[in-house]
Amino acid sequence: MTTATQVIRVSVPRRSWRSEARAIKIVWQREIVRFKSDKLRIVTSLVQPLLFLFVLGAGLNQLSRAGTHGVDLKTFIYPGILCISVMFTAMFSAASIVWDREFGFLREMMVAPIRRSSIVIGKCLGGATVAGFQGVIVLALAGLVHVPYTPVLLLGIFALQLLLAFTITAFGVMVAVRIKQMQSFMGVMQMIVMPMFFLSGALYPVAGLPAWLAVLNRIDPLTYAVDPMRRLVFQHLDISPAARLALDPGVTWWGWRLPALLEAGVILALGLVMLGIAVWEFNATE
Amino acid sequence: MNLAIEVSGLQKSFGEIEAVRGVSFEVARGEVFGFLGPNGAGKTTTINMLCTLARPTGGSAYVAGHDVVHERDDVRRNIGLVFQDPTLDGYLTARQNLQLHAELYGVQSQLIEPRMQQVLEMVDLWDRRDGVVATFSGGMRRRLEIARGLMHSPRVLFLDEPTIGLDPQTRSSIWRYIRELQEAEEITIFMTTHYMDEAEFCDRIAIMDRGEIVVLDTPEALKASVGADRVRIQTDDDDAAIAALGERFDVEATVSEGAVTFFVPSGEEFVPRLFAELGLPIRSVSVSRPTLDDVFMTYTGSTIRDAESDSSAMRNQIMMRVMTGGGRR
Repeated sequence: MTTATQVIRVSVPRRSWRSEARAIKIVWQREIVRFKSDKLRIVTSLVQPLLFLFVLGAGLNQLSRAGTHGVDLKTFIYPGILCISVMFTAMFSAASIVWDREFGFLREMMVAPIRRSSIVIGKCLGGATVAGFQGVIVLALAGLVHVPYTPVLLLGIFALQLLLAFTITAFGVMVAVRIKQMQSFMGVMQMIVMPMFFLSGALYPVAGLPAWLAVLNRIDPLTYAVDPMRRLVFQHLDISPAARLALDPGVTWWGWRLPALLEAGVILALGLVMLGIAVWEFNATE
Repeated sequence: MNLAIEVSGLQKSFGEIEAVRGVSFEVARGEVFGFLGPNGAGKTTTINMLCTLARPTGGSAYVAGHDVVHERDDVRRNIGLVFQDPTLDGYLTARQNLQLHAELYGVQSQLIEPRMQQVLEMVDLWDRRDGVVATFSGGMRRRLEIARGLMHSPRVLFLDEPTIGLDPQTRSSIWRYIRELQEAEEITIFMTTHYMDEAEFCDRIAIMDRGEIVVLDTPEALKASVGADRVRIQTDDDDAAIAALGERFDVEATVSEGAVTFFVPSGEEFVPRLFAELGLPIRSVSVSRPTLDDVFMTYTGSTIRDAESDSSAMRNQIMMRVMTGGGRR
């Protein structure tokens, strides 16, 4: 065999925006490949949102019928469920950075001649893609909770889901960068995810809350995803003005109702800030 | 540039602990250079500094002609790394792991496939390229890591304890790859080990102990420098035997690994005198030519196994102190 003696030499180029883009792409792809190979995770991360939607929603519907002006409670909490299904998956994606550290793979990425920010950006984009995909599964259930399959509605919600997925992944990575063990991260995640979900208005209208709860609600990033999604859903429902006013009062800052676009802007801005912090923290670790 | 690695006065301390206390050495291109020493001697810390993973607290180091502090990326482009702990993604296949590595390093796309075949064939894993890494044995994973470290044609390959925890057969095949590699690719290999028999394969070795290089030379020269045979005797009273050896033969003996051990120029001729003149009963005796173990013992005053149990005893002590609440009286 003559091929054995012939050495194929490759060379590593100097660092450039192209090599960084390639690195981001491969880190992103890895997240997707791993997600695809983990079918169980796709199922398990759907359990909780669906439990909230169909069990809690159907059960409490008996109690709340008077207050919802005839609107099914499931329809009302559906936008919230769309958000938390994205949130669970995004947090789980962020956990992979802890996982990678624990199982050594992070080191392989850290010693490559690339910026650490490329690793973080790739992770966030990967998490956003995966969580967005998970969101689509829940979105497909719209018909079961009396929400019409209108293209504008679906596209709008999907865009918001992607945005939220990116921000939550950035948030998760920001938290995960400092944590060395998977178990601790799971604990921290439990401590963060549930309060964020309960404070966000996913399960109740955000108008007329007690002052302390209103303040907490307004600083919860999830609020700014649930509200525009609910607004989109309610725009496509045929319901009474009274019901609309009671169930979709919108998020207000000192009495001023935020437009949906600004709310999307808030999510994006938060995501970028958290991504920045995650990169900065990641650079500081040795 | 004929030096692959150039290190002078390199230091690293973690708080008050000085892990590496100013080491200096040079490694020529194409050389297989070994770092030998017990666990905790500072080998991994030194390797981490050379690989730009840890920042030196003093001194300087150049790898492949680049400063490890100021030209980190240039160093990284030119080195391959195989860590002591596994760093593969177990969920991906062998091929996916190598592909990912090539992408991270920006290897030319059209060369990825042929290069992958070459490195995988070298470590006999080409047939298993589509196997998921989680299903690989420890030896296969280590071979895959070596292949991955070579994916981007590095000029210097760092191997931190590449054969630790592997069976003898895999160990020898890894050594065969390293030798083949050196011939085929003119690559410089820098490795750490604490297996004495493996250090023999290196062109030159540096013995490291407590953060310092105690001696650096070829294995042959090191063995010659000991210049004496090792004699080990079993007695009923080791202390008396050591005293008697000092008195009657003027040799300095120590107890290591359960036997009184000392060095004399020609061991076989010494043994009859020993029986005649020691005046103490001897249960058994053995004479051996100098090995790297003896070299290590001559320069550090203990065998590598003793040094390791010492340092692990010290670690345990520290752990105990930490757990029981520091300097409590």
